[in-house]
Amino acid sequence: MHKFFIRSFVSSLVLLFTFTVAAIAKDVKAAFVYIGPTGDHGWTYQHDVGRKAVEAAGFKTTYVEGVPESADAERVLRQLANSGHDVIFTTSFGYMNPTNKVAKEFPNVKFEHATGYKREHPNVSTYAARFYEGRTILGTIAGTMTKSNVIGYVASFPIPEVIRGINSFTLAAQKVNPNIKTKIVWAFTWYDPGKEAEAAKALIDQGADVIAQHTDSTAIVQIAEKAGVYAFGQASDMDKFAPKAVLTSVENNWGPYYVDRVKAVANGTWSQKDTWHGIGDGMVVISDLDSQMPADLRSKVKKLQADLASGKVHSFTGPIYDQKGNLMVAEGKTADDGMLAGMMTYVKGVEGDIPK
Amino acid sequence: MIKIVKRDQPSRAIFFLTPILAIFLTLVAGGLIFYILGFKPFEALKFFFIVPIADKYGFSELLLKATPLCLIAIGLSFCFKSNNWNIGAEGQLTFGAIVSGGVALLFYEQEGFYILPIVILAGAIGGMLYASIPAILKTYFNTNEILVSLMLVYVSKLILDYLVVGPWSNPEGFNFPETRQFSDSARLPLLFEGLRIHAGIFLALAAVVISWFVFYKTYLGFQMKVSGFSLKTAKYAGYKGKKMIILVFLISGACAGLAGVGEITGPIGQLHREVSPDYGFTAIIVAFLGRLHPVGIIFASLVVAITYLGAETAQIFMQIPKYTGQVFQGMILFFLLASDYLLFFKFKFIGSKK
Repeated sequence: MHKFFIRSFVSSLVLLFTFTVAAIAKDVKAAFVYIGPTGDHGWTYQHDVGRKAVEAAGFKTTYVEGVPESADAERVLRQLANSGHDVIFTTSFGYMNPTNKVAKEFPNVKFEHATGYKREHPNVSTYAARFYEGRTILGTIAGTMTKSNVIGYVASFPIPEVIRGINSFTLAAQKVNPNIKTKIVWAFTWYDPGKEAEAAKALIDQGADVIAQHTDSTAIVQIAEKAGVYAFGQASDMDKFAPKAVLTSVENNWGPYYVDRVKAVANGTWSQKDTWHGIGDGMVVISDLDSQMPADLRSKVKKLQADLASGKVHSFTGPIYDQKGNLMVAEGKTADDGMLAGMMTYVKGVEGDIPK
Repeated sequence: MIKIVKRDQPSRAIFFLTPILAIFLTLVAGGLIFYILGFKPFEALKFFFIVPIADKYGFSELLLKATPLCLIAIGLSFCFKSNNWNIGAEGQLTFGAIVSGGVALLFYEQEGFYILPIVILAGAIGGMLYASIPAILKTYFNTNEILVSLMLVYVSKLILDYLVVGPWSNPEGFNFPETRQFSDSARLPLLFEGLRIHAGIFLALAAVVISWFVFYKTYLGFQMKVSGFSLKTAKYAGYKGKKMIILVFLISGACAGLAGVGEITGPIGQLHREVSPDYGFTAIIVAFLGRLHPVGIIFASLVVAITYLGAETAQIFMQIPKYTGQVFQGMILFFLLASDYLLFFKFKFIGSKK
């Protein structure tokens, strides 16, 4: 009898515990803070696609769009943390300091900051994607498809993320076509159709017949379409905006990571992490390859994609030289993540200087 | 039958009643928009205008948001009252932030009571310098101050971009476009533990009192008003027009510069590309909604500030698109301008003639 009571007591405790865990798991709420409108393409749109994947996995989500990186970000974060959200994704670099500040006040809420480097409290994680792997693919295509051997590249800000993209793109293009030159125009914006269009026109005037971009709007692919040159989509599949010009796009795919992290919060297994995923983990996705590309190029790209995913090929494999001819990565070696994270020099073959 | 008759004299009561009418009409139209979008209008309006300021924290955020709007609008009222159309407060704010931010960075990791006053002064001077460009060009070269001041906004933003990307960027910050964090001595003190409301609010209140005094108790204020009503009269009376143009621009620039200081040394604590979410432009709405009157501007800045907070709350709790906040700001201005019709015209009810 005595044993029976203990047993039933323990089992009911276990049952209660399971139910509570299940109840908590269902109630996890995720919030997303966006820099722009959700729209139909680009950076914020892709994050919102990720949010919808979280919803589809059975969790409640909230988002706030168009949150400026000014003093307002902190208020929005605090309001989200205060209104029952368990995990908050802040999806722009400029939210770094407010994210860490608010995280300190809400130790029970998890914060996930995209593209930043500060993790000042145990409840702050950071995540980013190895977009440079996608740019290795684009470089391979550009180097093959160019006839003028001049490739244009519209860049946003001279930060390691962007320099790394330019370099991996150029290295891949050189591999298939040693004569190519990459011309850069700095737009100093992430999104400004007017400026981006001007930059694209300037590059086309300088003889570029393939244009790559590290900015968000569809202006560049549309200019390319009019001028009859090739281009690549950024963040989203931009094929529908310029069907003739766009050869492929590098898509940002945050869904799997978001679902993973929200589930971790629900299971209580969430811990601080610095995530940097690429093609292999599905955070970077290559859109359908355009049929204008020759069949052997398409199969080459498919193979490269598989090799980047498996780790057989690394975007930064030596020998790599900088513009002055100094060795950056020795033969047979690959650049480590530390070097990639702080990359602030152009490789050989890129024209011009990094703005200081 | 209703007849519209021109008033002999603009009605003073209506002058102060129309802003309230405009706000009321905005609420009605806003409710209608919410209804069309498929939200419950009263619930949406509650989340827009009541929930955000229902607690102490929310109210402090309202004051924080209203502070720069009030400060800039007070400065603008000097310009607008005297017929000088300074549209570039955003640029003056940005340039003030640049100058004061630069000074704050000079004192990086230094402590001392003297640092903050220097930083604040630098911001005011920066704003004044920047406002003096359209003022001097207008007085001596007859340029249009609307165009010059507006274009200078974009110039100032590019200067800020250049500085935070290049020479002033944080050496430990992986070249991201932002400066180092200012030292505590260069930050405006917080008024309450745990709230972001800072001493900058006293600058705004001081500006309100000073502007009231100047407008209603000094000869200068009288001159401004006369020039506002009629430049010809002002000239006939022998007022020194050029000096006054420069003076009102300097005052306006100083206020905008101080608003910039308040943002970067208050809640932000560093310089980066987005110092202000267009406070300089929104303050134009605030100035007119407040009828260019110091007390009116206080209320107007609170009303407009709440459209920002409300838009966030409405999106978090009801998934209403956040950009409705801007729709509300636009509607307030629209209804205000439209109801100004009542200033000069009145409806007369006349019995139908047989």
